[in-house]
Amino acid sequence: MSSAPPVRQSTKPLRIVACIKQVPKAEELQVDPKTQTLKRVGVPSEINPPDANALEIALSLKDRHGAEVTVLSMGPTSFDEALERAVAMGADRAVLLTDRILGGSDTVPTAYALSETITHLGGYDLILCGEETTDASTGHVGPGIAGHLGIPQITYVSELLLEDGGVRARRTAEDGTEWWRARMPCLATVNFGCNSPRDPSLTGKIRVKRGGLVTHRSCADVGIDPTKVGLLNSPTIVAKVDTVRLPSRTGKVFRGDPKEAVRQLLEALRADRVILP
Amino acid sequence: MRNFSVLDLRTKGFYPPPFSVRDRMAERFDAIVVGAGPAGSAAALTLARRGFSTLLVERGRAPGAKNMFGGRIYAWPLAGLVPDWRKDCPVERAVTRETLAFLTEDTSLALTFDSPQTLQDAGASFTAIRATFDAWLAKKAEAAGATLIAGIRVDDLWREDGRVRGVVAAGGDRVASDLVVIAEGAASVLVRKAGLKADLEPREVSVGVKETIELASETIQERFGVGEGEGAAHVYAGQASMGLRGGGFLYTNRSSVSLGLVVSSEDLSLRKISIEELQTKFRLHPAVQKLIKGGKVVEYSAHLVPELGAGMSPRLTADGVIVAGDAAGFLINNGYTFRGVDLAIASGIAAGEAAEAARSAGGMSASNLKVYEDFLRSRNVTTDLERFSRTPLYLKNARLFDLYPRLLIEIAERMYRVDGTGQSRLLEAVLRETKSADVPKLRLLLDLLAGARSM
Repeated sequence: MSSAPPVRQSTKPLRIVACIKQVPKAEELQVDPKTQTLKRVGVPSEINPPDANALEIALSLKDRHGAEVTVLSMGPTSFDEALERAVAMGADRAVLLTDRILGGSDTVPTAYALSETITHLGGYDLILCGEETTDASTGHVGPGIAGHLGIPQITYVSELLLEDGGVRARRTAEDGTEWWRARMPCLATVNFGCNSPRDPSLTGKIRVKRGGLVTHRSCADVGIDPTKVGLLNSPTIVAKVDTVRLPSRTGKVFRGDPKEAVRQLLEALRADRVILP
Repeated sequence: MRNFSVLDLRTKGFYPPPFSVRDRMAERFDAIVVGAGPAGSAAALTLARRGFSTLLVERGRAPGAKNMFGGRIYAWPLAGLVPDWRKDCPVERAVTRETLAFLTEDTSLALTFDSPQTLQDAGASFTAIRATFDAWLAKKAEAAGATLIAGIRVDDLWREDGRVRGVVAAGGDRVASDLVVIAEGAASVLVRKAGLKADLEPREVSVGVKETIELASETIQERFGVGEGEGAAHVYAGQASMGLRGGGFLYTNRSSVSLGLVVSSEDLSLRKISIEELQTKFRLHPAVQKLIKGGKVVEYSAHLVPELGAGMSPRLTADGVIVAGDAAGFLINNGYTFRGVDLAIASGIAAGEAAEAARSAGGMSASNLKVYEDFLRSRNVTTDLERFSRTPLYLKNARLFDLYPRLLIEIAERMYRVDGTGQSRLLEAVLRETKSADVPKLRLLLDLLAGARSM
């Protein structure tokens, strides 16, 4: 193995990149009735919940084995809020790729831009992403990054262990779970709800306040090809969004003699086929 | 990119052994203030100005988010803390009209005092909303150099070898400091964990409820007879609390009023009355209704109010610990004024001054911090508390909340009623009513004396 790169010093911790997105809070999602797109301004936001699960896996690996966790996102500077929260939860640093020319990018340019940024940031052993975002639900970006970097990926992971220079991960499949092995560097996308992401800690929040841990990069900083990003270089367009309107509910109170009222209630439930005769 | 080989990682023991991330990242400050209310922010501001690296930790998502009070602040301690406070302090209205009203089921007898003082007066007071006022004061502390962290609960003091070394926050996270200022409010967990006080007894606390009712500012000015920027403060006794020990209050904000009650929690449980029921009756009282008619309740809040009185306060200092504000029981309720925020601010300042004195004296030992009590006295916090220390006991006299308001109103009714059956002279009215009331003259005299002495 004379061609092997120099041996890493054993004190050097595992390098994890966790990719996150800031999304409108799930319970506050609103669709603009005119434009038929998600309202993003003036709505409380959060770390995309599956991304928070991915970050939690990264942080618990850090707790157990020691690791350097870098959080990465792409979006407007308002995403700093999510990145600061990630650092307050225990990430070592956070990087936001932010540039006007990225506006309107769909998942194809996004995966390209993020993979370039990860390369730009230096070495990595493990990349963790959420399975999908709650505001777009494509699930494209994680696999896209792995494709650009040419590294193995395991999708829909709910548990991830380190072993012998690689990872062992439990993957949720349609009909059960599968255990996969991959050598590092590799990428995993993480199932929504597979763990409970920790709260920001006092120490973490103090580190955020002290500053310098959340930094920004432009496309020029990273060396991203401007002809590959932005709205014009995004193959998908949103043609139409339909909102489902739930039928309004009507209440009916059955009064009078309890026995008679119950009999009427049962009759009504049978008529509506809520219960079987 | 793939700049290392998988084989390298196969080496056994590649990954560093588990270690405590917390130890590696331990943060430390000269002082940690727990609670970013008026006491905490005043303490943090004073400490930061005196060169202490200061951490101010707030449990709510922002300062003021979890806090509650009647609605009025006496401004006197602000001048020493933020000399130009009038420039940007979020004042709702300067209080220019004071009313003390006694209520029965459907009548009221009120005493109104017009004092057209402005915010420039040393004795000024104003109405405020805690979400904005607390945020403002915390910002001043930050501007002075304190580090404000919100949304974090402090669970315990970090103690080692009997000494306080800092705080333990939610999740077991520790931050070190020489001094911890406990400014957590009435239900402080830390004063108990610090061994400065036993658990709260029902008799030591009242329950405060408050509704914020929206009204147009012109309507407020019309109904309360105040000008723009001027406000009214009402205190209600008698039926406001259905005869339970306690009373009601109403303060005018810019375009809302704060209406609420402070009632003995002991009485509430003894009489099995819910505070919501009391508040509803109070809101529907004709004398109150005519003031708030057409208003919309936009906020409802409830909180414990310390009724400790100076005699029952927790110990105020220990090794590396100072207690300030409501956590120390610094509240005066003498029947005609409710004071909390001003005492909190003054005690916060005193805490900062005491820390500086202790630092000069060699450290934050209990004996060095004892000087806090001198600073409290020189700022008239404990002096005022001691002066009214009989009040809580006096206010424990149930006759004051039930019988006497009724008596006063019946006297008034006799004085003012002309129905052809013969009008009474004042003295006749008083004598007749006190005679028919089921209270011996001597008892009445003693109560009056006790009241005069404590007020």
